[in-house]
Amino acid sequence: MARILKAREGQVTRSRISVDGAPDLDCDRRSVAGSVSQRACTFCGSRVVLYPIADALHLVHGPVGCAVYTWDIRGALSSGPQLHRLSFSTDLRERHVVFGGEQQLEASLVELIARHRPNAAFVYATCIVGVIGDDVDAVCRAVSGRTGIPVIPVRSEGFRGSKRDGYSAACRALESLVGTAPTDGVTAHSVNLLGDFNLAGEIWIIRDYLERLGVQVVANLTGDGRVADIRRAHGAALNLVQCSGSTVGLAEHLRERYGQPYLRVSYFGFEDMAEALYGVARHFKDPQMMLRAREIVAEGITEAMPVIRAVRPDLEGKRAAIYVGGAFKAVSLVRALRTLGMRTVMVGSQTGTAEDYRTLTALCDPGTVVVDDSNPLELASFLVEEDVDLFVGGVKERPVAYKLGVAFCDHNHERKIALEGFVGMANFAKEVHASVTSPVWQLTPRRRREPSPSPLPGAVR
Amino acid sequence: MLDHTPVAVMERHALRINPAKTCQPIGALYAASGLHRCLPHSHGSQGCCSYHRSHLTRHFREPVMASSSSFTEGASVFGGASNLVQALGTIFSTYGPDVVAVHTTCLSETIGDDIPSIIARAREEGAIPDGKHVIHASTPSYSGSHVTGFAAMAAGMVNYFAEEPTSSRRRKDGRTRVNIVPGFVEPSDMREVRRIAELMNLTPTVLPDTSGVLDAPATGTYEFYPKGGVTVDELRGLGRAVATVALGPQASRAAAVAVENRCYVPREILDLPIGIAATDRFVGVLRRRAAYEVPGELLDERGQLVDLMADARQHLHGKKVAIFGDPDHVVAMAEFVADLGMRPVHILTGTPGKSFEKRVGTLLAGRSPDANVRSRGDLFLLHQWMKNDPVDLLIGTSYGKHLARAEDVPFVRYGWPILDRFGHSYFPSVGYRGGLRLMEKILDALLDRRDRDAPDEEFELIL
Repeated sequence: MARILKAREGQVTRSRISVDGAPDLDCDRRSVAGSVSQRACTFCGSRVVLYPIADALHLVHGPVGCAVYTWDIRGALSSGPQLHRLSFSTDLRERHVVFGGEQQLEASLVELIARHRPNAAFVYATCIVGVIGDDVDAVCRAVSGRTGIPVIPVRSEGFRGSKRDGYSAACRALESLVGTAPTDGVTAHSVNLLGDFNLAGEIWIIRDYLERLGVQVVANLTGDGRVADIRRAHGAALNLVQCSGSTVGLAEHLRERYGQPYLRVSYFGFEDMAEALYGVARHFKDPQMMLRAREIVAEGITEAMPVIRAVRPDLEGKRAAIYVGGAFKAVSLVRALRTLGMRTVMVGSQTGTAEDYRTLTALCDPGTVVVDDSNPLELASFLVEEDVDLFVGGVKERPVAYKLGVAFCDHNHERKIALEGFVGMANFAKEVHASVTSPVWQLTPRRRREPSPSPLPGAVR
Repeated sequence: MLDHTPVAVMERHALRINPAKTCQPIGALYAASGLHRCLPHSHGSQGCCSYHRSHLTRHFREPVMASSSSFTEGASVFGGASNLVQALGTIFSTYGPDVVAVHTTCLSETIGDDIPSIIARAREEGAIPDGKHVIHASTPSYSGSHVTGFAAMAAGMVNYFAEEPTSSRRRKDGRTRVNIVPGFVEPSDMREVRRIAELMNLTPTVLPDTSGVLDAPATGTYEFYPKGGVTVDELRGLGRAVATVALGPQASRAAAVAVENRCYVPREILDLPIGIAATDRFVGVLRRRAAYEVPGELLDERGQLVDLMADARQHLHGKKVAIFGDPDHVVAMAEFVADLGMRPVHILTGTPGKSFEKRVGTLLAGRSPDANVRSRGDLFLLHQWMKNDPVDLLIGTSYGKHLARAEDVPFVRYGWPILDRFGHSYFPSVGYRGGLRLMEKILDALLDRRDRDAPDEEFELIL
């Protein structure tokens, strides 16, 4: 087994090795100080969730770095305003650390709101704000009073915890917005989309399915999100919660506060996408809607299948590793890779819960490595030991895979193609196939020894 | 996306919009990557380290390693000493580096952690094995920029390792040693300044040196510590050089001063050797220090650059240029484009420091009298300048792509970071050969635009 930090031994397991089953993965704990973790902080979690609200002002209160590293880094597409893609920072300097940054914050908010006329403003507190003791809440209240728009503090000081804690802070911020506008025009068959950030336009695919189903989408939380929609989101009959890590807290709150039920869904892969649509139809107890759902599923799969059939022979039996932010997504990925004939031999996440890992352990083939909060050394040794053909991960994992001569598929911020829905499954198949069968891997030592499906002309083995 | 930018420029004191800089710690992390078998360590929250690694990976497209003290709420109240001691233990037992380079963050600086005393405690408690090193640099995010963070860590390397020379300064092979602090530049640039120094019959110690680290080849194995980087032994021997050449004052001056203070090696503070004049000055200093005539190979490279400058002169003459990025890069580029007959009219860096404005003024020497020059600026201001006085070309980091699109201006990517193109870490911009490459990029951008905009009858084969 790979070199694993002693203190992390409980955070790695193999699925169904023993008859009794492996013990619960020791997850949801802080990273060991000194480890090269792939994890981020509270601020990162909040920023990821709220950033796609396109007609809001997003002001990062702190030194400039936190604003720079989250400036336009995700393709969270907006069909209208692009205000969310600009980077606003109070750029705190030494004198603010000594004398406080409240004046700086207030002046910045007033100037920006006057110029951009946003429908709401989010103010993100960074580490230093928590330490120097700026009263961000008071400044927000004062500016809100003067400008007449909601100015919402986000308690996202980085040291407060992990990315998950940042998700919670973002949910608290959203909760203060929901329920502040009338719900006229919201129909009985209506939903909010939670936990979809519209990377590469994915939420538009899902909205299209729902419209064809006869379901009204009230608010996107938060991909291509709009403040006015979110304010009336409490009127919707159901919340669809994707990416459970980030917004399930909000869904819980809305259920308690407004009695809105929620459904946990995933839009990745045929099975999960179909189940999401069926789940909605079941919820509304509408046989006609269920018929329409079946039509959409049948049509979607029929359109995507030729692509799957075309690529599957080259992918059959290949071995995949998955390391992503949230474990819920990993579950869908395991299924989607199976659709392509591939076997997942390692799966892990930065922030999965014990329940997530139980699901994964049960789902994966026996012997699959399951890992929480890993690091590059561990990941690299798993890739080698498990003789992986494809690694699915994010920006920090990509170059490690490439160094080893392993194909890669970005399933994180930086993906440029839509992977949700039936069309997304076809895109995923194409992406995986393109990466796995790239001629470049024939040039790396590991693969040079193997016969290749499409040898380079003149290649010397 | 940039529809909001108003034309009227007003002074802002409270706000940064679309920054042209980032924070100190990432510069420290990059510098520490250029130390052989070193693991950079971020003493702060986990997010800092994660962001820096992601950001550097997006530019270099290489694995970037660093560990974090993983601050918690407790650490932010009681101090991060125990986190750092524990971290050092974890790092040496798990990742086995020769050196750990600790940089601070806004959080650890504000709560007042005293790094040297924590390192001493860690050593007492046995967290640091014998023969292993821990160095540090103070890099609060609320001061300076990524450039000064780089400078602080480069100086940190000197302060921890450089020794007073006990043996002769002259090598047995008769070659003279020189120290070069290359600035916050690409691995390829660090490689190129080394090559130029070697052509000048010198034996250079380049510090830091990310070549062989962040441009490492694909070998089919994953090397946690790639083969490149300046070694501790080389740093110990800094005192045996005849001079320390600092390329780019903002990123490199501090290390050169540190060598001078510790080892009495004189410093030479130069601009980054970008373009013909700055490279001439660099080669001139090496020539004087080496007491060696410039070899034919280097003279030929210079001649080729002059040749291209003559060949392409008519396409460049009088073109108005906006340049932004790191101060050392921008200063040198402003001089180069002026030497190409172009007119730098907007010149901006996000890094604070009035010496920037002064140096640009000196180098342009009245060649672009009405130019807007600003340190501590941001891209919102640059956009306003471009609306008020449009340019023919924009030169800067990837963050300029929105401006280039909004104003429909040809754009050359140059500096750090470049997040949307490939190959920059393999080809140098410094030296005479770097000048050729920059000219090719500038000319391609201008002539592609000319071709795009030419009416059919003026769309010509030969330009």
